[in-house]
Amino acid sequence: MAEPNVVLNNPAETTREQELIAAVQRGQTELFYELVRPYEKRVYAAAMAILRNETDAEDVAQEAMLKALANLRQFRAEAKFSTWLIQITVNEALMRRRRERTRMTEAIDEHRDDEGEYTPRDFADWREIPSEALERKEVRQKLADALASLDRKYREVFVLRDMEQLNIQETAETLGISVASVKTRLLRARLMLRDLLAGGWDGGWFSRLPFEKGTKPW
Amino acid sequence: MVNREAVNCELIWREISNYIEGDVDAGLCAAMDEHFRTCKRCASVLAGTRNVIQLYSDERMIEVPAGFGRRLERRLAQETRVQKSSWSTWSAWLVPVAALALIAGGLRWANSLTVAHPLRSEHAQAGHNIPPEMRVVVSEGAKEFHVPGCDFIHNQEKVRTLTAKEAMREGYVPCVRCMRKYLQIASVLHDSGESEAESGQEHDDRVHGQ
Repeated sequence: MAEPNVVLNNPAETTREQELIAAVQRGQTELFYELVRPYEKRVYAAAMAILRNETDAEDVAQEAMLKALANLRQFRAEAKFSTWLIQITVNEALMRRRRERTRMTEAIDEHRDDEGEYTPRDFADWREIPSEALERKEVRQKLADALASLDRKYREVFVLRDMEQLNIQETAETLGISVASVKTRLLRARLMLRDLLAGGWDGGWFSRLPFEKGTKPW
Repeated sequence: MVNREAVNCELIWREISNYIEGDVDAGLCAAMDEHFRTCKRCASVLAGTRNVIQLYSDERMIEVPAGFGRRLERRLAQETRVQKSSWSTWSAWLVPVAALALIAGGLRWANSLTVAHPLRSEHAQAGHNIPPEMRVVVSEGAKEFHVPGCDFIHNQEKVRTLTAKEAMREGYVPCVRCMRKYLQIASVLHDSGESEAESGQEHDDRVHGQ
């Protein structure tokens, strides 16, 4: 399997990050954007996963960054900076949602997990969707739609663990749920996404894309 | 050791996420490896689940609105300019004040070493199942500890970070806002540190959330 294209802890980048943190803590606040820039998309995605509205997500992403700047002196090196940033963002987004809840029409999920077992659909074999397919807008859209169709409690856990790369413990702390709940929801989210994406790769949605099976867009 | 016979497909579907996390014991892991070699259906579930994780962990999956980075940079630049200008105005007399505060703080800190701390608020509850190693912040003169970045941190200028365990040992109580998930509803309603109206709001949220 190909290596996922995620932000990994490159030693050189980590050192640069530590330098930037120290500089901003000393008062060179103009360097803050350089410090957070590698994570700006992930911060936005975390806010979006909770608020599901582009304007609110962008606003909360900005607020969270300002809060991180104001509180950077509290940041201690033993924590991972990106995790700290994501946790501030999620907290900010959850507070926003709590404030707005009375106005929201979306049904509030119950907090109980589904006890029943989940039976994954039976496909003869899995047709690998290669990472390169993500270059295509249609593929990204299909994946985004599948994720958006999950219930909130599954979506949030999946986004924090598998997209934002928080660990299970951090995901539990950030959302204020138990580790056991995170594991249950993560399992369900991953299996549901697999089922949602499986049907189509060779038989459905992918084959309708341009250039497939000899069709030409012109 | 796990009985190999006992590893059926249902068990695989329950544990597959933990298996991918490396969060199953060696015996179960070996039994699952064996099952994946022989069961085509479960092998397909494993391949698909791994593929899903790999795809969504890719940064290309995250799309931000056009101009997002530029607007963020501008907002941060604005904020930094405001901070810098106010700093230069106040800094002239802030230095001696800060020095005094440090001396006072140092004395209090020296005292604190010898004093055991009771709960800082008699009306608050200690909270339940707060992860002991969680990073929290407290500010000087306040009773509560908070998640970093909480809106309700008093005295933002004089805060320090510590673990929840240390904060509790020092007698701090969980903030009813950012730590509410660790509190019983009763403790939210009876918190003494905040106004009645605010507590009522929290209570409303709870009711809506159920």
